[in-house]
Amino acid sequence: MRNAAAFAVGIAAMALVVAGCDDMTSQKKQNPYASRATAPGDVPSGTVQYGEAPRPAPPLTMALLERGRTEYHVFCAPCHAETGDGHGMIVQRGFPAAPPLATAELMAAPPQRLYDVVTGGWGVMYGFAQRIAPDDRWAVVAYVRALQRSQHMMLADLTPRQRAAP
Amino acid sequence: MAAVFSPRANVIVTVVMLGAVGVVVGVCLWWFTWPRSDYVRHVGWAIQQPVPFSHQHHVAGLGIDCRFCHSSVERSAQASLPPTFTCMTCHSQIWTNAALLAEVRDSLSENRPIVWARVTDVPDYVYFNHSIHVSKGVGCESCHGDVARMPLTYKAKTLTMQFCLDCHRDPGPNLRPLANIYDTNWHPDPATPPPAELMRAYHIGGRNLTECAICHR
Ligand code: HEC
Ligand code: HEC
Ligand code: HEC
Ligand code: HEC
Ligand code: HEC
Ligand code: HEC
Repeated sequence: MRNAAAFAVGIAAMALVVAGCDDMTSQKKQNPYASRATAPGDVPSGTVQYGEAPRPAPPLTMALLERGRTEYHVFCAPCHAETGDGHGMIVQRGFPAAPPLATAELMAAPPQRLYDVVTGGWGVMYGFAQRIAPDDRWAVVAYVRALQRSQHMMLADLTPRQRAAP
Repeated sequence: MAAVFSPRANVIVTVVMLGAVGVVVGVCLWWFTWPRSDYVRHVGWAIQQPVPFSHQHHVAGLGIDCRFCHSSVERSAQASLPPTFTCMTCHSQIWTNAALLAEVRDSLSENRPIVWARVTDVPDYVYFNHSIHVSKGVGCESCHGDVARMPLTYKAKTLTMQFCLDCHRDPGPNLRPLANIYDTNWHPDPATPPPAELMRAYHIGGRNLTECAICHR
């Protein structure tokens, strides 16, 4: 009699434990891609909406320039080409010609102007506000500046030591 | 009194008992391995998508970097799929009348996101994070295969726990220099630093990556 009771209690306890089991493969936790309502609309984390607060430029460092080179390669080179001459692959496939970046006009333009073009676009070029974080946009601007300088270097611009270097 | 069982019964009993054990073992094995098999996980099957998007065309053909479209992969847990706006960066001007792209244009004009079907999916009880892998030298290819040469995207690997652990036990040989993360057809060359050096450069090795709480939290 005692055994039967213990057995029944044991079974009941096991049933209770098993009842707790469910398939945890899909859970009610925040999964942005689970439904249209929660899918990330326009603003991935780390980036901001279009009409965002102005962002001062970070200090110019070598790391910033290198970051700029990566971001330029990823986001601008398809159209503007690695050299900035505007003959990128997408332009070769029929996209309206992108202007060369190393023109006198763009070299004279203030950095904020370039930043605004990257953020909001220009003419048929779409903006990159959603894809490039603000500091990375400044990095791109810095790299574009370097690209422009590199194509208008004069021998006189070099320091004597640079001139002596092989 | 005649024997109830003939001598043959011994054989029958043995066979039946062995058979029963075999069935139990077989069912257990099947129950365990079948749900993890490449067939059930649809490895290698092209997934039906609202737009027949081709990575081969865009990445291998046009040379667009993964981050142009999967732009949050460096920064967040999710790689994210490109919104319509990203497609329109180019398709507002080229292939504007292609029937293939009608869904993209409708999506823009009706302000309605394109709903892409999932290709890779791990169960919700698994915590995964892209940014850590990308910044510690694990290339996209290690988990997604040679995406750049897929005309239609398919799952290249079964992402079982075994698969994750195989690398977490010893990440070294699977690491690559940061410059090659997005190259899905990369092979180590003599100039590649040896695994031990990469491990040091990425500061990996200070902790146990097979701890359950790393992936189940
Ligand atoms: C899809 C192709 C494409 C991409 C990608 C692209 N551009 Fe452009 N860009 C253009 C085109 C086309 C124009 C000319 C637009 C016009 O005049 O209507 C242009 C114009 C410009 C201008 C000139 C604005 C002026 O005042 O004349 C700058 C600066 C510029 N782009 C910078 C960038 C930078 C920096 C990036 C990367 C973050 C980039 N672009 C990415 C196509 C592109
Ligand atoms: C021109 C935009 C674009 C570029 C560039 C791009 N992708 Fe994609 N990717 C997409 C779209 C759109 C989808 C969803 C449709 C599909 O699955 O084919 C996708 C899907 C994927 C998926 C499957 C996602 C899932 O549902 O699990 C993976 C993995 C992936 N891409 C990896 C890559 C890698 C790696 C690269 C770089 C080598 C890359 N992508 C470059 C647009 C792009
Ligand atoms: C950086 C520019 C660019 C972006 C971004 C882009 N495409 Fe394309 N796509 C092209 C070009 C260029 C072609 C035509 C290639 C040619 O002429 O050979 C093309 C062709 C196509 C085609 C038809 C040709 C084929 O065989 O695949 C489809 C479908 C397509 N794209 C879908 C998409 C979708 C969906 C997206 C958004 C996830 C997207 N594209 C984003 C540049 C782009
Ligand atoms: C260590 C393995 C691993 C690496 C490396 C990896 N992925 Fe993933 N990826 C996954 C897993 C696992 C998922 C499914 C995530 C989920 O189910 O939540 C995924 C999902 C995706 C998706 C679908 C959308 C999303 O964010 O879930 C895209 C797109 C993607 N990966 C692109 C990439 C790209 C591009 C790279 C290289 C920069 C990359 N992945 C590197 C494992 C990996
Ligand atoms: C090719 C190698 C490789 C594969 C495959 C891989 N990982 Fe990793 N994973 C790593 C490396 C390397 C790290 C970084 C370790 C470190 O920083 O110490 C990491 C880190 C992680 C972290 C972050 C740990 C933390 O606390 O910061 C998670 C979570 C993770 N992996 C989950 C997964 C899952 C889930 C899978 C299977 C879908 C997977 N990984 C497959 C190499 C890999
Ligand atoms: C590197 C990441 C990682 C670590 C560490 C890890 N797991 Fe997992 N685990 C996974 C993934 C991915 C799956 C999903 C496998 C699948 O979809 O088949 C999984 C699935 C499981 C499952 C469900 C089994 C199934 O296939 O239904 C259990 C139970 C589990 N893990 C237990 C553990 C335990 C216990 C530990 C610690 C010893 C652990 N895991 C450590 C990644 C991990």
